[in-house]
Amino acid sequence: MRHARALLAVFLVLLFLFALFIEHPFSTHFSYYYDILINIGINIILAVSLNLVNGYTGQFSLGHAGFMAVGAYAAGSWSTHLGPSIINLLAGSSGILTPLLQPLGIQLAVGDNVSLLISTLFGGLLAALAGLAVGIPSLRLRGDYLAIVTLGFGEIIRTLILNIDFLGAARGMSVTGTYTNVFWTFGFAAVAIYVVLGLVNSTYGRGFLTVRDDEVAAEAMGINTTKYKVIAFVVGAFFAGTAGSLYAQFTGYVTPEGFNFFKSVDVVVMVILGGMGSTAGVVVAAILLTILPELLRTLAHTDFVPALQTSLESVIKIHLPPLQGLLENRLILYSLLLIILMLTRPQGLFGDLAGSRKRVAPPASK
Amino acid sequence: MAQVILFLQQLLNGLSLGSIYALIALGYTMVYGVLRFINFAHGDVYMLGAFCGFGITNLLYNFCHLDQYNAISVHTFIPIFLCTGIVMLGSMIFCAILGVLIERIAYRPLRDRPRLTVLITAIGVSLFLQNMTQFFVGAQPQAFKQLIPVRAIEGLGDLTILSSQAAIILSTIVLMILLRLIVMKTKLGLAMRALSVNPMACSLMGVNNGLVISFTFALGSALAAAAGILVAMDSPSVTPLMGNVPGIKAFVAAVLGGIGNINGAVVGGLVIGVLETMVEGYGFPQLRDAIAFGVLIIILLYKPTGLFGRVEREKV
Repeated sequence: MRHARALLAVFLVLLFLFALFIEHPFSTHFSYYYDILINIGINIILAVSLNLVNGYTGQFSLGHAGFMAVGAYAAGSWSTHLGPSIINLLAGSSGILTPLLQPLGIQLAVGDNVSLLISTLFGGLLAALAGLAVGIPSLRLRGDYLAIVTLGFGEIIRTLILNIDFLGAARGMSVTGTYTNVFWTFGFAAVAIYVVLGLVNSTYGRGFLTVRDDEVAAEAMGINTTKYKVIAFVVGAFFAGTAGSLYAQFTGYVTPEGFNFFKSVDVVVMVILGGMGSTAGVVVAAILLTILPELLRTLAHTDFVPALQTSLESVIKIHLPPLQGLLENRLILYSLLLIILMLTRPQGLFGDLAGSRKRVAPPASK
Repeated sequence: MAQVILFLQQLLNGLSLGSIYALIALGYTMVYGVLRFINFAHGDVYMLGAFCGFGITNLLYNFCHLDQYNAISVHTFIPIFLCTGIVMLGSMIFCAILGVLIERIAYRPLRDRPRLTVLITAIGVSLFLQNMTQFFVGAQPQAFKQLIPVRAIEGLGDLTILSSQAAIILSTIVLMILLRLIVMKTKLGLAMRALSVNPMACSLMGVNNGLVISFTFALGSALAAAAGILVAMDSPSVTPLMGNVPGIKAFVAAVLGGIGNINGAVVGGLVIGVLETMVEGYGFPQLRDAIAFGVLIIILLYKPTGLFGRVEREKV
């Protein structure tokens, strides 16, 4: 792992240089591409963290968007309400520390980056707590039951937010302080990859793989399978929460609808396309699946599509709804991807390349 | 007395809602019985059943001027009954074919793969059906033209039974009896039951497992289609995403009754329906959609086999 640590450090330094010199002109001149870049980073965090649960530990979760929502709303309410009021409580006009600080001439202020870091960690921690609360009861279930229960919990989280007026309910919440930048997004992505790989490749982390490969055998070897599942779930939820926090502090506005079941499906498709249990594959899939819908949307607005439509309609003599809709709806693409992948290549695009851990034997199909 | 009437009223509303859940739950439970997997796309078959009924109803309105029958009387009873029957039968046949096609194309090639692979495929099929429907008809809700004039049945005092509710409950009873006859009295039904006990032994006894599985899908999908039509009588609008929530609630109903158990699915559906209307009627409308998940979590934690399910031992 020393090698990986050096790699991580180099990557972070490069990111820092990017943030220092290139980020500002890039984000002002190419704001569309900048958006995509940040979204790629957020999606990498989501996919890599879900891969720990779905891929390495073999517990199929369909509720990742719920944890993302917890992180987004926690970070949003931290940077909008809690953070400023804590500063005010400490160093405001009648704050606790004011008598101490004022004679010394110290002003307590939190910089943009520190604020972002604190609220992102706060979002991650709350999401991890939510993951613990959801994981302990539901991880006693297996396979398709677990999938449905996590789906249910994801929806319950969303419904709860919809009913909490403090969080803006259905109106959504505006977040003050949109400080997310390339450094923090990809920094967190790198940390997520590092943590997941570090966990899985350690002696301790072999437990995750045994839980996936054969739960009964793992238990017989004295491995506390529930503990491993819950740890995977909590770590996954933590990073989903940080991704949500970064997202909230990038767009400055979040709604419960942004974290519905289909958002979870997005992440699941990334994990499956990349290959469950292959971090490198999942990262590539996250990048691909962030860019692909944008490409398709661009394609949908070229002259080619209406021309195709008229020629198609003249051949089949049936009036069709606008074909742009077909290209702009990413879920049609995703659903086809899921079906075709499962039928032809269930290990995903990169599932058997380097960096992936193959099953020793296929699990019983009972 | 008013309290009793209120309770009876809620019970009745709950039973008519529960009948819908029960009809959908039967599809989940029968497929689980023969294949041991959750057909995630079942809620969308229900949605397509409703849309097919929507199309047939519109055709009937154009050709038979159905709008003249806007009251139930001795003269209008037969045409209304016939038209409803045509709509229901048409969309049941459509969905039966659809269910068989889904099984042939998406699930059959995966028969010996891990269950998770099939589950992911089923999620894919579900999303595909929803979004293709959305592509063709748009995301806006469409008004389902009225099949049965919705009137309160007279002569019941303070209790209000709508004609649509009566139709839902009666049709459900008829369909249940038919299903019971098919499962218990026919050869195919016998094969279905045998398959759910032991697929290997079943095929050794000369049963064509593939055919029986197709038949199971056809049967379940037809029941879902009937549920789609019945629900449209009560709340006359159809959208491409209408299958999601009832689909999940019906799945909960199937688990509650013990997945794989046909009677259990019916009981589970009715219980979920009644619970939901009671919770809504006695002052917690915002909890309505959370009830099903709450029940699911409690059941899975304390009695994973459901009310009437068999205990399956895990063998290494």
